[in-house]
Amino acid sequence: MNHFIDPFLDNGFLQRALFAGVLVSLTCAVVGTYVVLRGMAFIGDALAHGVLPGVAGALLMGLPAMLGAAVGAAVMVGGIGLITAKSKLSNDTAIGLLFIGLLALGVVMVSSSTELTGDLEAILFGQFLGVNHAELLMQSLALLIVVIVTVFASRPFSLLCFDSDLTQAMGYQAHWYHRLMLFLIAATVVVSFQTVGALLVFGMLLAPAGVGALLARRIVTMMLWAAAVGVMSTYLGLLASYHFSWAAGASVVLTAVTIFFVVLVGVSVKKSLLGSRS
Amino acid sequence: MSTTAVVARRLSVGYGSRVVLAGVEAFLKPGGSTALVGSNGSGKSTLLKTFAGLLPVIDGGLEILGKPIGESSHRVAYLSQFHQSGFVLPLRAIDVVRMGRFDQRSRWSRRNREDDVIVRESMEILKVADLADRPLRDLSGGQQQRVYLAQVLARRSDLLLLDEPTAGLDVPGRAAYIDALSFERSRGAAIVTATHDVGEASMCDRVMLLAGRVIADGPPNVVMTPENLLETFGIGLTKVGDQLVVTEHHHDHDH
Repeated sequence: MNHFIDPFLDNGFLQRALFAGVLVSLTCAVVGTYVVLRGMAFIGDALAHGVLPGVAGALLMGLPAMLGAAVGAAVMVGGIGLITAKSKLSNDTAIGLLFIGLLALGVVMVSSSTELTGDLEAILFGQFLGVNHAELLMQSLALLIVVIVTVFASRPFSLLCFDSDLTQAMGYQAHWYHRLMLFLIAATVVVSFQTVGALLVFGMLLAPAGVGALLARRIVTMMLWAAAVGVMSTYLGLLASYHFSWAAGASVVLTAVTIFFVVLVGVSVKKSLLGSRS
Repeated sequence: MSTTAVVARRLSVGYGSRVVLAGVEAFLKPGGSTALVGSNGSGKSTLLKTFAGLLPVIDGGLEILGKPIGESSHRVAYLSQFHQSGFVLPLRAIDVVRMGRFDQRSRWSRRNREDDVIVRESMEILKVADLADRPLRDLSGGQQQRVYLAQVLARRSDLLLLDEPTAGLDVPGRAAYIDALSFERSRGAAIVTATHDVGEASMCDRVMLLAGRVIADGPPNVVMTPENLLETFGIGLTKVGDQLVVTEHHHDHDH
């Protein structure tokens, strides 16, 4: 008996979970790279939280959860755009309050309905082991869209990471490409919340790309590192979840975050060793 | 090639409706070099940003390479004063220089041999060819500035807009910068630099002294009189030998 492979061969739900996790990892690797490089972690977090009232509203009205998530993300993107345009000073505070407000609204909506109470946990932390084929299809589609958009916009996206003024001066509409990035983050969150959950998807956006930022010399290699870390975390996390009965989504994210801190310490130690030698 | 690089008539520039600098008249020819000299807040960076198409014109007329602002962006190179997030970015020096070629090819065509030759040559002029594969974040402030200048050169543009281009450069760096300028001018490119370094300005063939308005405008030996400089900078001029030195403290870009 092989503890590392057999669980996946024997259980269809675990195979689907692994497949879903790989799709989420690849999507998050690409999008997360830009989130990390452009310092949009806070906005990404806000988007991830903004979907909750949308999902709750959709479920209350008997509509598909993903539709609600999309509406919630759209409201959040619009809200962030409005705040960014209105004031430059209080961005952090305003966006922070907007997302906490939406989160609170979502919890209020869910708690007011007796039939939804059980769903709150599923929305926030995902249902990794309950992924169905329709959701896998949606995630594949999202990955495809993310890859196509990124290839199409790779030059302005790289420029935006470097300097937004330069992007504009070179004739690319910087604010449109910024919005396109927000759209990609939103799309990632919307299709990923059912697997890893609205709160944890943020970990998959940041941790693998963070490892990439520590190790890579180029943006493309950063994405590849992020994809590798994401896929490895999915596998190890699901395995741990199976053997120790841990919550699947949390195990995967915890693995990714652990890898990030191990690499962070490793890189710092290596740097200080090299520094003391010279 | 246009017959003019920049034409400005009664130009007012600023942010939103707040005018920072008014009454700019300019007629810059290809191959010429112009220094915008002034202290912080004098409007020199704002004017440069307007030329680069980053700020809308508040009032008056402005033509860049014979067209309204923003329409000649692929023929203009802009070096900004500050760069964002330089140190987390996983880019090698050569990747930064290659960025200068991004809009010179259509979106779907890849980098070609000509791009590679131009990138290589630009890095050699700025003496950073040996740093090509080094991550940008491992370079010193002065080395980074030279890489940014190599990016400007790699655009092979007809108008260079440089905001504090010598910030952080050491003596060899400045020599490489002067080589780069003469290389660009010999191609027929016009150069506009914003600086508060009077010595650097005196190497240009035209100087505009700015302090929210145009104090003086003309050849350096005519314009840079002690009286005009006093009016431009207010205080802080000392005479060292027969050179005027501005003692206004410089910004430190090597954070």
